[in-house]
Amino acid sequence: MPTPAGAAGHSELGGPRLPPERPGGAWAWARRNLFASAWSTLATVGAVSAAALVLPATVRWTLLDAVWRPDYQACRALDYRGACWGMVAEKHRLILFGRFPNAEHWRPLVATLLVVLALLVSGHPRAWRRWLLGLWATVAAAFFVLMRGGVLGLSPVGSEQWGGFPLTVLLTLAGVGASIPLGVGLALARRSGLPLLRAGARLYIELVRGVPLITVLFVATFVFPLVLPQGMPLDALGRIVLAITLFQAAYMAEVVRGGLQALPRGQLEAAESLGLGWWQTQRKVILPQALVLVIPSFVNSLLSTFMDTSLVTVVSMYDLTGALRLALGDAQWRNFFIEGYLFVGTIYLVCCFGLSRYSHWLEARLGRWARQEPSRA
Amino acid sequence: MSEPIITFRGVNKWFGKFHVLRDIDLVVGKGERIVVCGPSGSGKSTLIRCVNRLEEHQEGTIVVDGVELTEDLRSVETVRREVGMVFQQFNLFPHLTVLENVTLALLHVLELPHAEAEARARQQLERVHIGDQARKYPGQLSGGQQQRVAIARALAMQPRVMLFDEPTSALDPEMVKEVLDAMLELAQGGMTMVVVTHEMGFARSVADRVVFMDQGRILEQAPPAEFFATPRQDRTRDFLAKVLPR
Repeated sequence: MPTPAGAAGHSELGGPRLPPERPGGAWAWARRNLFASAWSTLATVGAVSAAALVLPATVRWTLLDAVWRPDYQACRALDYRGACWGMVAEKHRLILFGRFPNAEHWRPLVATLLVVLALLVSGHPRAWRRWLLGLWATVAAAFFVLMRGGVLGLSPVGSEQWGGFPLTVLLTLAGVGASIPLGVGLALARRSGLPLLRAGARLYIELVRGVPLITVLFVATFVFPLVLPQGMPLDALGRIVLAITLFQAAYMAEVVRGGLQALPRGQLEAAESLGLGWWQTQRKVILPQALVLVIPSFVNSLLSTFMDTSLVTVVSMYDLTGALRLALGDAQWRNFFIEGYLFVGTIYLVCCFGLSRYSHWLEARLGRWARQEPSRA
Repeated sequence: MSEPIITFRGVNKWFGKFHVLRDIDLVVGKGERIVVCGPSGSGKSTLIRCVNRLEEHQEGTIVVDGVELTEDLRSVETVRREVGMVFQQFNLFPHLTVLENVTLALLHVLELPHAEAEARARQQLERVHIGDQARKYPGQLSGGQQQRVAIARALAMQPRVMLFDEPTSALDPEMVKEVLDAMLELAQGGMTMVVVTHEMGFARSVADRVVFMDQGRILEQAPPAEFFATPRQDRTRDFLAKVLPR
């Protein structure tokens, strides 16, 4: 409780006080942020007039003048003055699930929802316990049972018939998921004290990064069957997942290496001086810090893999974009490809935006220790 | 002198072509407190970093508590369990809480049960008067507090020797004393200590022996009273004239 004397002493010394208030209100805000200078005013006016030019036409085309029913005649009558969402209404199942048998579409739907659910659960650091591995093993098993069938009274569906969004999700998650441990291993090998190991890791990384993914996919499809031992139970899909994993691992290795290099040498020395072994040091001290540092670049490569999976169409797999091309094979609806691409693009956008927001949240949560400046008090 | 615990015999080390340690002969007895001083670049940090093999020496022998340091990883591991180290930059693990910093090696090197590790860690944190900060992250502490956590972390392993590599050089002046006090208490408890420092006051009041290094050589070693009053070498007098307040 401040005594009068204490209060007086405080003000004499010029004790802490609140910062001066900024002029409030919308007008003051706009003055500060939109019209602070001639250039700022010019940019504001430019941006607003550009929006005024583009927005009304966009709204009219996408919403007001659009046809929503799968009515071909109505769409033709539009003469492209409005969007024909009827195309999406007609073809959405083909786009979403590819050539999976129509009557069984609930299976890829449930399988994908399970995976999405598992993803949401594993997003929270509190779920990063041993049971999560069990959860993913279960979800993966359920995914394959649902997709492949042949048991529990489900009709068998060969992996060559899988397609659309479930395929995109499978390729991305399996490829990236398996490439994380591989990439971490490669990164550690590349910084190892053993010259052969170091050279091997380096050769692998440089070799794989020097080749475009599309080549790797062709090699996986046409060369793997020739060189893999006979009787390897690896179908076309398995080979593609393997190829994406091996490809992605090289990039992941460089991402992780960036994080490893950012750590001060003292961390290693402190761990060593405490008697921690090499593996314990990496696992308990180095990797937890390095991996948090690389979350942004990791999400970056996750997103690019998510998009890159659309390249599998060149080896006759129909991921989301491939399935769209299947849908556009219908001569009647072919002219409304823009609507189809917008639909698919929106799916990609929603996924990527969600992922990006999540990574920001995760970075902030995990990096709490990193943002605390050593106080000098 | 008491039974030796660290022995350097004819030790030489190079960084590339740079001869950083030259013909080092040094014996540290059990319970002895040694202060190593000298101009920067004289090799004093390298000297103590050789004791737990953060640096490898190329010639001569180093024996720590009866174990000779060699390429053999087991000898290195054995020695590191016996030797604790405190660094200039604290080197706490920023992603772990203070308590976790101290328990990490107890759990994974000594493989103590969780409860025992935590009890031991808390005891050491109390010992350096920082028990109330156990749940915080290193980044939330002041430099002096962080260095005391680093001391507790090393002590929790119950080492027989403690190495200090310029423990107060990265601290703001008003925090130097709290760290030196913690070291003083440790010295009074009979710990064997090898301290690289520029704190001549600490050397004077705590050290049994001051070792002066220059250009990779040990130029002279003497009890502090003798060392400060009657330095034998010109180079030492020169150095003392620069670091001692007039």
